[in-house]
Amino acid sequence: MTTTDGLNTVNVKKRDFLKWILSGGLVAFVGSVLYPVLAYLKPPSQSEVEVSSVKVGKLTDIPKDSGQIVKFGSKPVILIRTVAGDLRAFSATCTHLDCTVQYRKDFGAIWCACHNGKYDLMGHNISGPPPRPLNEYRVVVQGEEVFVSKNT
Amino acid sequence: MKTYFKTFYHWIDERVQLEDLVQFLGKKYVPIHRHSIWYYFGGVSLFLFIIQVVTGILLLLYYKSGEELAFESIQFIMSKVQFGWLIRSIHSWTANLFILTAMIHMFSVYFEKSYRKPREITWLTGMLMFFLALGFGFSGYLLPWNELAFFATKVGTDIAGVVPVFGKPIMVFLRGGQEVTGATLSRFFGFHVAVLPGIFTVLLGIHLVLIQRQGMSEPLAREEALAGREKTMPFFPNFLLRDLLLWLIVLNLLAILAVFFPWELGKKADAFASAPAGIKPEWYFLFMFQTLKYIPGKLWILDGEIFGILLFSAGGLLWTLVPFWDRKSNRGEQNKVITYVGLFVIFYIIVLTILGWTA
Repeated sequence: MTTTDGLNTVNVKKRDFLKWILSGGLVAFVGSVLYPVLAYLKPPSQSEVEVSSVKVGKLTDIPKDSGQIVKFGSKPVILIRTVAGDLRAFSATCTHLDCTVQYRKDFGAIWCACHNGKYDLMGHNISGPPPRPLNEYRVVVQGEEVFVSKNT
Repeated sequence: MKTYFKTFYHWIDERVQLEDLVQFLGKKYVPIHRHSIWYYFGGVSLFLFIIQVVTGILLLLYYKSGEELAFESIQFIMSKVQFGWLIRSIHSWTANLFILTAMIHMFSVYFEKSYRKPREITWLTGMLMFFLALGFGFSGYLLPWNELAFFATKVGTDIAGVVPVFGKPIMVFLRGGQEVTGATLSRFFGFHVAVLPGIFTVLLGIHLVLIQRQGMSEPLAREEALAGREKTMPFFPNFLLRDLLLWLIVLNLLAILAVFFPWELGKKADAFASAPAGIKPEWYFLFMFQTLKYIPGKLWILDGEIFGILLFSAGGLLWTLVPFWDRKSNRGEQNKVITYVGLFVIFYIIVLTILGWTA
């Protein structure tokens, strides 16, 4: 408002000032109510025990031409023994949409039941929707015992 | 007895003017024409929702959330609690029938173009309720904590996670962490029994008030041809009695389904088992699931799954906003394009669902 009346100008300024203070206060208030709620929704990150290697069992207990899921910390890992007797391990989490894969004897490949994704026995995605190969893990045989460990 | 009732009615009427409401209901008419049958599907959906609320509350009396409790508590309901098997089976069957009748209701409104001005808000609230119904289905599916539900939830929440920028935080919010665990179960339980019903009830209230306020929509051609001299039937009691009769039939159908085709519980979820062969989502997600199978891993620069998700999101958004881009129907003209789009969508859903089912 423009006015020559000195008194009114002061009032308008005062009103503007109040408007800013009040709306600023309102925003700050809403923010201080919403922030704890939004922060509460975010699950806290829980520290997990870092697993670097797990013992699977005896080599003689793992038949040729088979696959099994191994608990690697909180993640599933698939350990495969090929027809030739080679041992290989990959992350068992399908790179498509997070399902857990399995070994299929009938077509000698790693298969995901959820969306028919296939990987060869080197973990490469060969058909279906998976966009990336499976992460490889290291398999170590010490004496009779088989260990799976992170591929560093 | 009659005088007692009259005194009671008079007592209420004196305080809240019931007479106005009775007058309003007495003046409510339902148009009669060859498409009148579709008017019943909204009412049936409402009835099924009421059944879900009642059976849901009954299940709550025994259900326990948690990785070590959920599956066992449903086993308990189904084997130990008297008629527990019936209540659970009805809840599962009703969930599926509810989605089906809501779909029929939605498509009938779409083909009649009943979403046109002035009923845009009724359509929008209906569509939001439909999405919430899918949310009910998805969250409720996990609660028994069985193998199928576990992987369905992994896939479903992972799909949210591949959306650029917002995806990851949404996925973590839904899962209550990076992985599907007991934390996910707790959250889904909360969504299923508190968050979704709350929002749904508000939307349902708006939807029903609007229908009372605006009356039933009529097909376009008829509106022009019969302006002012249409055949109608009083809502109260004629249409209401027909509604109730149909509800009774639906209730009987549910009882038959629940008794002769009881809902399976399956195997308990195990985070360290492979996804079982033949795994499928619920039938109403099947057409999207099947589409994802056909999209290759890489499509131009996009991951195939991102492309699929963007495609379905855009389709869903366009569908929801149809009252705002179908200008022709708003002007009261026939719009063939809308009909063809609707027919294509139905055709696509049916074909892909069959392919998914038989795959």
